[in-house]
Amino acid sequence: MALLHLTSSSSRSNLLKPISAALSYSPSLRRSISSSAADDSRTFTIETSLPFTAHQCNPPSRSVDTNPKELLTFFRDMATMRRMEIAADSLYKAKLIRGFCHLYDGQEAVAVGMEASITKKDSIITAYRDHCTFLGRGGTLLEIFSELMGRQAGCSKGKGGSMHFYKKEAGFYGGHGIVGAQVPLGCGLAFAQKYSKDGTVSFALYGDGAANQGQLFEALNISALWDLPVILVCENNHYGMGTAEWRAAKSPSYYKRGDYVPGLKVDGMDVLAVKQACKFAKEHALKNGPIILEMDTYRYHGHSMSDPGSTYRTRDEISGVRQERDPVERVRKLVLSHDLATEKELKDLEKEIRKQVDEAIAQAKESPMPEPSELFSNVYAKGLGVEAFGPDRKELRAVLP
Amino acid sequence: MATTSLRTIGRSVCRVSRRGFSTSCDDKLVQPSSKSTNLYSAINQALHIALETDPRAYVFGEDVGFGGVFRCTTGLADRFGKSRVFNTPLCEQGIIGFGIGLAAMGNRAVAEIQFADYIYPAFDQIVNEAAKFRYRSGNQFNCGGLTIRAPYGAVGHGGHYHSQSPEAFFCHVPGIKVVIPRSPQQAKGLLLSCIRDPNPVVFFEPKWLYRLAVEEVPEYDYMLPLSEAEVIREGSDITLVGWGAQLSVMEQACLDAEKEGISCELIDLKTLIPWDKETIESSVRKTGRLLISHEAPVTGGFGAEISASIVERCFLRLEAPVARVCGLDTPFPLVFEPFYMPTKNKILDAIKSTINY
Repeated sequence: MALLHLTSSSSRSNLLKPISAALSYSPSLRRSISSSAADDSRTFTIETSLPFTAHQCNPPSRSVDTNPKELLTFFRDMATMRRMEIAADSLYKAKLIRGFCHLYDGQEAVAVGMEASITKKDSIITAYRDHCTFLGRGGTLLEIFSELMGRQAGCSKGKGGSMHFYKKEAGFYGGHGIVGAQVPLGCGLAFAQKYSKDGTVSFALYGDGAANQGQLFEALNISALWDLPVILVCENNHYGMGTAEWRAAKSPSYYKRGDYVPGLKVDGMDVLAVKQACKFAKEHALKNGPIILEMDTYRYHGHSMSDPGSTYRTRDEISGVRQERDPVERVRKLVLSHDLATEKELKDLEKEIRKQVDEAIAQAKESPMPEPSELFSNVYAKGLGVEAFGPDRKELRAVLP
Repeated sequence: MATTSLRTIGRSVCRVSRRGFSTSCDDKLVQPSSKSTNLYSAINQALHIALETDPRAYVFGEDVGFGGVFRCTTGLADRFGKSRVFNTPLCEQGIIGFGIGLAAMGNRAVAEIQFADYIYPAFDQIVNEAAKFRYRSGNQFNCGGLTIRAPYGAVGHGGHYHSQSPEAFFCHVPGIKVVIPRSPQQAKGLLLSCIRDPNPVVFFEPKWLYRLAVEEVPEYDYMLPLSEAEVIREGSDITLVGWGAQLSVMEQACLDAEKEGISCELIDLKTLIPWDKETIESSVRKTGRLLISHEAPVTGGFGAEISASIVERCFLRLEAPVARVCGLDTPFPLVFEPFYMPTKNKILDAIKSTINY
């Protein structure tokens, strides 16, 4: 069985060089029984697909420590994210999700790899493509689908919708609608962390589109001036809405955009590379202040649900990335080549995930809409203080704070 | 959102002299023909005409090169080239600052902000730079050629950042004009006026109506006057004032009120600043009652300004307090949009309680 995988994978190896490199590794691992791999935490190393490119710093090693348990968890998490986003796509088309909806499929390795090297005490803040980042922070499928459909069981009580997921206890500061506006906010989180001195950092995520917003540079300057433990993560999926990066950025080398701030370009389709980079960045940020990570990634869907995603790029480009760089398939191949699970076991796992997603959707549909009074709550700390009645709201019920 | 009765071509439609730059288009334009057109196509026509009639006109914004998210700029880049119709990075402050500079050199800059909700990063450029350029330079400089287009308002399911109506913020700024059309035919004529107006203008387009509102739109080049309100329905019992998408909601309320024997006069304000106080005043002098309706939250909305001005001018003629049927004082909600909105029934109730005051 193992040999079979070996030969079949090797014949395709020119697509995924790092996998063939990993294949030559440690024959003893291939003897491990796949069923017990899920609990196997013996460490071995895998080379990242591509070298890191560094700006103003020495890049971390390409050899990434991992173990069977971690790889299988990566596969499960990423496959869940993939399935979840595809389900969200159908729910949107069925008009069960209203509002605007931005899907993350293709970029899963960034959310998963980042979580692998940080703790829930570290903070993450992102823009509106936030479903999978939330799941990575420990959010549940039920909370996600309920929020998407505006139900009480949602992570923001159904009041936020797709773009506004939050999870305070896991340091997830959300879910922000305005391009680039979350980055200064993330630097503010790091400012607080600098005072608390508890060895935590903030990851401020933004896209290649947001990289051209002026407020990014303003916040970066302050962060560098005060050595704040903030990591600016540019999820470069190469299109800011419908505009290709090279049309919008004079220099699409986003990791160099900080000039005086160090940067690292990472293959954002390789979960192990992301993990390695985030580990490196966290250590750097705690010691030296801000750093920029440019994650070279790709979104399969359009910018939002109203964008078919095919007018400004070719279908060949999308299918090419799917075939050659897909983050989930990369991990699948690693798992198979290391004989951590059989192809059938992975298929079964995907079936199980599918079932979980379907169950979560069914449960979310059962969750009621928020109470009408929620319309007036949370506007101020003590509520709006006023509820209005009547056609022109001249009858008021005031709640004094 | 029927706009059937808004289909009459405004009385003030006027032909303007054109400088032909393309004979092939001239033939089409000279024909005084009309075609059934929706709102985004009407905007698209206006932009075509603006670029055609002024070689120093430019259209730019996020994704406009591909036609924009609402298809308003479809075909412009193909027709006029990428040097006149182009995409910008996602950088609202930059887009408007750039537009001000372009306009200061005597060009017509038509800048698109993809959603009115995204206009805030550019707020400083609009309020401090665009609006006051002429005044503080003692009329040496201005950016009169600047027109900022932005889709505003609810769309049924837009949520927090794709539904807001920020017009009142800009109505507090002397030096810019704020214009909102109610229909395709209005949109085309008003947009052309805004583009050619020697002052910077913020032009909010009702995105709910982009596809829904369809009416006969003349294919030729015409402009509708700014700062002139229009009585779109005459009545004797109460004056209703609104703008943009809200007018079709108000019109339905007028029709329902009529069934109960209340005669409503409906006025489209069109230009919010500087606004046409006289038309509203003379209407209120006739009816003795006023109701204002807009989607933006009631507190500090432009309805408050209209209300205060009319009370100043017509205090003794008013038979009831001025009614405001507006959005609630909450952030624009996601699932509660139907509660938030100033719907037909809310307007109808307010009409009745004003009449029975």
